[in-house]
Amino acid sequence: MSETTATLYEQLGGEAAVNAAVDIFYRKVLSDHRINRFFDNTDMDKQAAKQKSFLTMAFGGPNNYSGADMRQAHAHLVKKMGLDDSHFDAVVENLAATLQELNVPQNLINQVAAIAESTRNDVLDR
Amino acid sequence: MSSHKISVNDREIVCESGETVLDACLRENVDIPYGCRQGACQSCMVRSLQGPPPLAAQDGLKDVLCHQNHFLACLCYPQQDMAISISSPAEFFTEATVIEKSLLNAETLQLTLQCKETMDYYAGQFVNLKRADGLTRSYSIANNRLHANKLSFHIRRLAGGRFSEWAHQELNVGDKLEVSDPQGLCYYLPTQQENNLLLVGTGSGLAPLAGIISEALHHGHKGAIHLFHGSREMDGLYWIAEMQALAAQFPNFHYTPCISRGDAPDGVAKGRANDVAMTLLPSLKGWRLYLCGHPDMVHQTKRQAFLHGAALQDIHADAFHVASATLD
Repeated sequence: MSETTATLYEQLGGEAAVNAAVDIFYRKVLSDHRINRFFDNTDMDKQAAKQKSFLTMAFGGPNNYSGADMRQAHAHLVKKMGLDDSHFDAVVENLAATLQELNVPQNLINQVAAIAESTRNDVLDR
Repeated sequence: MSSHKISVNDREIVCESGETVLDACLRENVDIPYGCRQGACQSCMVRSLQGPPPLAAQDGLKDVLCHQNHFLACLCYPQQDMAISISSPAEFFTEATVIEKSLLNAETLQLTLQCKETMDYYAGQFVNLKRADGLTRSYSIANNRLHANKLSFHIRRLAGGRFSEWAHQELNVGDKLEVSDPQGLCYYLPTQQENNLLLVGTGSGLAPLAGIISEALHHGHKGAIHLFHGSREMDGLYWIAEMQALAAQFPNFHYTPCISRGDAPDGVAKGRANDVAMTLLPSLKGWRLYLCGHPDMVHQTKRQAFLHGAALQDIHADAFHVASATLD
């Protein structure tokens, strides 16, 4: 396949890239004082699996992304813990920092950030 | 590729060529949980009852889950007829007789049972003990797997604990109990023997950890093995001399008893066992962890260990949830 037709997911390195990114990303999120309280009561194994699904989607990989699921999964955080744009921004920032740490070229990072951005209104339930 | 039969929930369905086990189950209206359908969310994890499943269907699962033939239905293209279990299998019990009772400290009883049948278990797993009237509680196996018919348990007496009070006061040598099949995934496998092991336990969480250590040493584990056993005060610890003797015998085994309240005597660290461990071991990259005891300790340590570099797949945990109100 020539480079011009490779998908974003292929250019990033597919599933191996997701696996490389997921632990780095999750560690950044859990260490980030702006947002880590949202994860205090989560089961870490299940959460890591969810992060992997999310990253696969954001990397342009095969997914069954459902806006309704995303909405439902975060609705209680919006309602009870005040999840808002600032927290969403922090997650996107951690995602970009993860990719920088893995030496992903900036133009690909921008594409990933754009896909992540497309989930904002679902996550924030509006 | 051709179609294969799948036995599931007392039914037999056909998995067509090119179809996953999950697809076949859904098409046949078999009740099975699922999510992403691409191997990431692990919602559709099931277990093969007739030997190992196709390797590709175990992608991303913990080694202990693979070892027990768990797999992801959404990734599984059967290569032969299969029998699978969606929920955990109905429990089987075997009869056992109490052969020894002794106190490890003022509140912890060591109970040893002789089982009628040989048990296939791994050090660190737990069983359910059932009294004649049906009252049932889970306890971790405290010995390694060399004693297949003889199981020992550490039973902490809990205020108002119906089973533990009874075991301490009324259960006698010669009495009978029923013992379930071993369960749980917090156990030692003799793979990657170079890896360092970190074991953190509170209270009777020492029971499974002692079994795991004994198993690892028996297999000649090559990496370092660090045990941190914690309690509030000295009288909640036990087997101090035994663990120190083991540390003297095996140069790769290190033992640190910890107390979180009051003054710590020589050789005992002051602080919570997990905090003491994290201070002494700043990098846990490549380590395997075993965490047993109080649910809050287990939850907190899992997160600390992950942030100290351990991979989630290498963190094995068994939180002791209790039926009665008190536990420190």
